[in-house]
Amino acid sequence: MESDSIHKLTMPKWGLSMTHGKIIEWLVPEGAEVSAGAEVLEVETEKITGCVESSTGGTLRRQVAKLDQDVPIGGLLAVVADPSVSDNEIDRFVEGFVLEESCDESAADDIAPEFVEVGGRRLRYLKQGEGGQPVVLIHGFTGSLDNWLFNHAALAQQRTVYALDLPGHGQSSKDVGDGSLDMLIGALQDWLDELSLSRVHLVGHSLGGAVALGVALRSPDRVRSCTLIASAALGPEIDADYIDGVVEANRRKQLKPFLERLFADPSRVTRQLVDDLLKFKRVDGVPDALRKLSKNFVANGKQVSVFRSELDQLQSPTQAIWGEEDQIIPASHGAGLPDLISVELLANCGHMVQMEAAREVNQLVLSFLEKAE
Amino acid sequence: MARRLTFQQAINEALDQEMARDESVIVMGEDVAGGQGTEGEMDAWGGVLGVTKGLYAKHGDRVMDTPISESAFIGAAIGAATSGLRPVVELMFNDFLGVCFDQIFNQAAKFRYMFGGKAETPVVIRTMIGSGFRAAAQHSQSLYSIFTHIPGLKCVVPSTPYDAKGLLIEAIRDNDPVIFFEHKKLYPLEGEVPQELYTIPFGEAEVVREGDDVTIITLAEMVHESLKAAETMAKDGVECEVIDLRTTSPLDEETLLDSVASTGRVVVVDEANPRCSIATDISALIVQNAFDKLKAPIRMVTAPHTPVPFADNLEDLYKPNAEKIASAVREVSEYKAWKATASTS
Repeated sequence: MESDSIHKLTMPKWGLSMTHGKIIEWLVPEGAEVSAGAEVLEVETEKITGCVESSTGGTLRRQVAKLDQDVPIGGLLAVVADPSVSDNEIDRFVEGFVLEESCDESAADDIAPEFVEVGGRRLRYLKQGEGGQPVVLIHGFTGSLDNWLFNHAALAQQRTVYALDLPGHGQSSKDVGDGSLDMLIGALQDWLDELSLSRVHLVGHSLGGAVALGVALRSPDRVRSCTLIASAALGPEIDADYIDGVVEANRRKQLKPFLERLFADPSRVTRQLVDDLLKFKRVDGVPDALRKLSKNFVANGKQVSVFRSELDQLQSPTQAIWGEEDQIIPASHGAGLPDLISVELLANCGHMVQMEAAREVNQLVLSFLEKAE
Repeated sequence: MARRLTFQQAINEALDQEMARDESVIVMGEDVAGGQGTEGEMDAWGGVLGVTKGLYAKHGDRVMDTPISESAFIGAAIGAATSGLRPVVELMFNDFLGVCFDQIFNQAAKFRYMFGGKAETPVVIRTMIGSGFRAAAQHSQSLYSIFTHIPGLKCVVPSTPYDAKGLLIEAIRDNDPVIFFEHKKLYPLEGEVPQELYTIPFGEAEVVREGDDVTIITLAEMVHESLKAAETMAKDGVECEVIDLRTTSPLDEETLLDSVASTGRVVVVDEANPRCSIATDISALIVQNAFDKLKAPIRMVTAPHTPVPFADNLEDLYKPNAEKIASAVREVSEYKAWKATASTS
């Protein structure tokens, strides 16, 4: 359908449960130039608000979807084309657009999460993409594989990318043993063994960064590279009040202000985002698991495990990415790291930098992976 | 990805998973195991609308058919609860609860109190409510307010599959008698329900839609009618906050009063009859605690003070719906206090 001169922007699929998105705002007016990767419009899903980017450069010729309109995944949002293309041709393109539903459904079937029994625990993971050297995404405290909804598919275009739910999180088993970081590191290693993943690229966010670092330090032969996003274990400071808050708050009203600290732009916290965490915290075993994990993670207002003094032992390429406005773990932890670790700071982003600046983070990870390979 | 289950399947799953987790949980009631025309071995029926279907095959004699003698088997369940079991007893239609009032009101509800806190009665009575089925006056009532009136009973009235599972598990684990009201019109309603066991605490109302202009307080099937009304009113620029009570006892006063403090305009929607009802109870609560916040009189959208009619057209007239709710919302949103009117004239 897409010709060389006419390019379509369609509704992306962010996360497993997304079926449609609502147009919140057009960031580019009709007739304006867009570059490849430019943010064209803002879309709200049940979970979160994100930006749809142009995959190509050109003129934004048509805003097809209207404000407040609900558009299914794959539905036509906009048309980008060279000014030399006539309005008639654009009209014909828009009229001739057919939503490829069957294609979408089969794609959705392909990316169902799987479960595997490791060390007496059932761990859930989601695999996307094929080939290349595998990448593993590790979420942070109270997170789940859904935290990568803006990243997973983008990173998996040319390689296999796994995202897993750590013990006590997502839909994995809620048994966290002693709740220590060692337990989480061991669980990740066991999971790698179970899936016969001998050497992987690790991408860890927050507490997941500490887990990735732990594996890289302990089993350097297993790790090709390490990307640490707003990572724990690089310094003692942390918003301990946030950790207590998300563990103990059980009403939407109490929880929301804490979750707003995760983002530079607090309006990113949708009702559904709060609801998902509330629903998770109601599951049998979760409150106990989170309390155990948090005690091992933060004590007396400080992070318990800090690997800073061991970083010079890292054998694999490592990069750190931080949102400058991170309120949970300060971006200053990215300063003064050994020279081998490249550090990227992103402006106007908070702790969930992989959501707030998904495009930039994806690009940083992809180009880092290419170099590391 | 959370699976989608119907309201009915969510209840079945809660029972199944709790029976698997805790051996003291048993299920009793008319036709809950074998049912019509069998001797309890064929797992044919699963209650009058099939909610407990499949449980007998999995849990055997812990799913017990009872004779058609409500006062006897409700009493037996309450007795079993006081001596260590956690019975979930199904009493088809709440309209029939009248024949076992003594067991519920005067026995189960009072044991903890009368025995100085030394007796616990962890029984759940599941029962159907709701009109709209052309089932006439004796199978269509919504009698939760009668049970809410009695101290010592907890009353749960879920509106979604997710809430039904979480609240039923909470009810089974609760050590006091709980009456669990299931609106039969909601049984086919689908929604996302986690596979895992989870509980929803009693006394936490759910703000199912946020809005600044009018608060709609409601429960059970009327939650969905209220949401439709809110959708309609939003087109006219009136944003409704819709609150689902979820439990009428205990009652989440805080969430209601917080919302009223921000909107000042209230519509209470209740499918039940209007006198001495949840609607009047909530209205009184608001007037007592937030009179100075109110910008308009509270409107109640309820059934009239009559039995549920059998005739189709009369039953339709009897029951609150989105249209009636929207018109009440419009009325309270347009209401201007006398002083304001006087100053403009």
